[in-house]
Amino acid sequence: MTGHVRHLYVHLPFCAHRCGYCDFVTVVGRGGQHAAYVDALLRELELEGAALADDLETIFLGGGTPTFTALPELLRLLEALPAAEDVTVEANPETVTPELAAALRSAGVSRISLGAQTFRPELLRVLERVAGPEDVRRAVHHLRDAGFDNISLDLIYGIPGQSTADLAADLDDALALEPEHLSCYELEAKPGTRFTHAWGTELERQAEALEDYFERVVAQLTGAGYRWYETANFCRADASGRDFRSRHNLAYWLGRDYLGLGIGAVSTIDGRRWRNTAGLGRYLGALAAGRSPERDIECLDDDVRARERVMLGLRLDEPLRVDGLRDALDPAGLERAERLGLALESEGTLTLTRRGRFLGGGVTAEILA
Amino acid sequence: MDQGRIRNFSIIAHIDHGKSTLADRILEVTEAVSARDMRDQLLDSMDLERERGITIKAQAVRVSWKGHELNLIDTPGHVDFTYEVSRSLQACEGALLVVDAAQGIEAQTLANAYLAIENGLEIVPVVNKIDLPAADPDGTSVEVADLLGDDPARVLRISAKTGIGVGEVLDAIVERVPAPAGESAAPARALVFDSSYDQYRGVVAFVRIVDGSFSTREGLRTMATGTRFDAEELGFFSPTMTPVKTLTAGEVGYVVTGLKDVSLLRVGDTLTSVKRPASEPLPGYKDVKPMVFAGLFPTDSDAYPELRDALERLKLNDAALVYEPETSNALGFGFRCGFLCLLHMEIVRERLEREFDLDLLVTAPNVAYRVKEKNGSEWVEVHNPAEFPREVEEVEEPYVAASIIVPKEHVGAVMELNNERRGTFDRLEYLSPERVHLTYELPLAEIVLDYYDQLKSRTRGYASFDYDHAGFKPGNLVRVDVLVATEPVDALSLIVHRDFAYERGRLLVDKLREEIPRQMFDVAIQAAIGSRVIARETVKAKRKDVIAKCYGGDISRKRKLLENQKKGKKRMKQVGSVEVPQEAFLAVLNITQGGKGS
Repeated sequence: MTGHVRHLYVHLPFCAHRCGYCDFVTVVGRGGQHAAYVDALLRELELEGAALADDLETIFLGGGTPTFTALPELLRLLEALPAAEDVTVEANPETVTPELAAALRSAGVSRISLGAQTFRPELLRVLERVAGPEDVRRAVHHLRDAGFDNISLDLIYGIPGQSTADLAADLDDALALEPEHLSCYELEAKPGTRFTHAWGTELERQAEALEDYFERVVAQLTGAGYRWYETANFCRADASGRDFRSRHNLAYWLGRDYLGLGIGAVSTIDGRRWRNTAGLGRYLGALAAGRSPERDIECLDDDVRARERVMLGLRLDEPLRVDGLRDALDPAGLERAERLGLALESEGTLTLTRRGRFLGGGVTAEILA
Repeated sequence: MDQGRIRNFSIIAHIDHGKSTLADRILEVTEAVSARDMRDQLLDSMDLERERGITIKAQAVRVSWKGHELNLIDTPGHVDFTYEVSRSLQACEGALLVVDAAQGIEAQTLANAYLAIENGLEIVPVVNKIDLPAADPDGTSVEVADLLGDDPARVLRISAKTGIGVGEVLDAIVERVPAPAGESAAPARALVFDSSYDQYRGVVAFVRIVDGSFSTREGLRTMATGTRFDAEELGFFSPTMTPVKTLTAGEVGYVVTGLKDVSLLRVGDTLTSVKRPASEPLPGYKDVKPMVFAGLFPTDSDAYPELRDALERLKLNDAALVYEPETSNALGFGFRCGFLCLLHMEIVRERLEREFDLDLLVTAPNVAYRVKEKNGSEWVEVHNPAEFPREVEEVEEPYVAASIIVPKEHVGAVMELNNERRGTFDRLEYLSPERVHLTYELPLAEIVLDYYDQLKSRTRGYASFDYDHAGFKPGNLVRVDVLVATEPVDALSLIVHRDFAYERGRLLVDKLREEIPRQMFDVAIQAAIGSRVIARETVKAKRKDVIAKCYGGDISRKRKLLENQKKGKKRMKQVGSVEVPQEAFLAVLNITQGGKGS
């Protein structure tokens, strides 16, 4: 491996059940295909591996539910992947047993991202999640017991039936588990989905509360000493000075190149971005024949890359260096954003103010050329 | 044709009283059109007219009846087209006054009948729809005879639908309508009573030959504008264009001018021969003054030249339309247009959008004001609230004499409406034991928007309405300005009676608060008279505007989302630093319409 890419994403699409709100590339059941899929992933790695550097910084196994993959296959995959400084695996709480936790730990996994979503049983049912609140707590304990010292929890807000008090309680419950990292997303109900159809009016009501929810999330987590380092991501500011930000995701936000393997996975390398086919059968078929899977390819010119750097960089709490990005900025928009107290430019860097971060999308649209 | 055998007539009728049906039946009875070719309502050539059930452009059709040449000159049927009716009437010696036997006389019937009488026309009264179960031919005949001071026995009773009595109508035209009395040997003069534009043949003028005669290929001149051209073709409609070599005194027909510039030939002008010109033009039309004004702006500012060309085209056969360039700080470049009335405005707007494929933004209409500034001695006419001085010595606004006919049980509702609209009661008279004719004086500003709708809804559709301009009178009027984030928005200014200023300002500000999307900062919306703020609302700043999730697989899509958001910003009209959607500018229209009444 002689390339420069230091970040690897691997998609594991299998799930026990497809949750109503989910819009990821997932596959329900198909237990018989786990082995074939891992074979295909490893073959794709062979085909694309030349792009990877010798020393990988991060590997991220996302899904789907990576931990729903038959354990021997999951372990075979982890075994075959190159070493990396940080290896994160996404997991659903109900899949985390002491055995799994120990197996992942000894396979070199350093970080677990746990899809908790909410601790209210009735809201979990609305989301069609398999796990109950106790599963989340148990999973964290199993992971701690196995030696994991870097755990992230995902929370969702804006769930039909949710109240501000429910959200506050969710945040409390999550904080009680002392995770190193928290991701908090608003529920994105895609138009035309069964979920949106079922919860139409209640979703509208929730949409009106999203401003309050978002403010509460930021207030409560920063109040508990967490660092709001990205629009939807928080990490514990450790006394030891250890950085608990998601290193893999930081690579996206800093505009680094990454290789993605598996169905629906996206790669961005040397100004080209491609997305693998989302069809499991087509993916397996192509790789079984030794070919790359079908891909949508997009060429990113310097202008587009600069715009993406601004869009992604402004999600972070750290200043964005603007040298080289000038052409992607609209001076009038920037001036306006500054005048409105939403952005600050100084010494070649651009930072959003606290209020600017709450309005990050609009401010970015304003600032971008 | 010997003038003694020519009859020129129009049909006057309230909308839906059967004018078009009668016209069609006349064509059929005189065999100008075979029943097989008969397309319903042949005279209404524009789609728009068909859809709205009204006739805008006058046309003329020649038919033969018992050795006579009858020219039917079409008139518009709607309340607001008095001006065009008068144009058509000037080309005639007689008019059929058609009244629905079930509905009786309506306000417009009255107005147009008076207009015809003033023009010295012979009126032939006709009661139509006698076949309807609800028809009251006897009662209606008496009503009509009373109006004309005629004998009820002379009122013709017909059913244009079934054809009953149509032959008698044609006989009555021959018997009662006088023949034209122009001088056949005098220098040629023809009145241009309408025109249209054909992309291959240029301007086509519809004319009534008054004196002398015109021949094909002859050099002609317009007496007012001095335009010269050769008559490429002369002819008449029967009802298709039928060329002839000459048109002589008393006849009605068309002249293909070949002129490509629509402004060179004005409706109302007199045509004469170059070789042997007449010395005096015919009395043209009274110059009609537009009374309702509004700004027309292209939604896409690049379409400004197209809008200019389209207005020029429309102006050709719509002499009442006036326009001049206008620049708005909020809406960019457009035109301030003057219309006869609100309906006229709507028709112009629809024609611009439909026939010229333009996307337009029309500001709230206002009337013309006469204003004397503080310390000024000159009266000036103001057509745009944005030009209305903030400090005025005196103001005058246009009034109308309104005529309303309504069943007696709705008189109270009409009076109430008129009181709300600053009306002054004038007269009440019984046309019949059931029906009342009310006259009021009303400020034009109070009727331009929704008066007619209100009148209809409060009288369950029974009231009919017409008006005449009644000059300018002093008004206690103020200019209300709207400020968005302390910037005045010229396109939203309005002129209102001082007593309504607070209420209108309040409504406008409320409406705008709904229409202006939340921005990244608080936006104050104020209504003010001069420097005094009379209403205020705030569009609270957004507190959140983020794309929640953005990882490796999402970047392209999120980038496009953001780029679209940026494009959306560009589509909004920028007022200071506030993005105002175009819809917000129509808010004024809505409040002025919905602000009062039911």
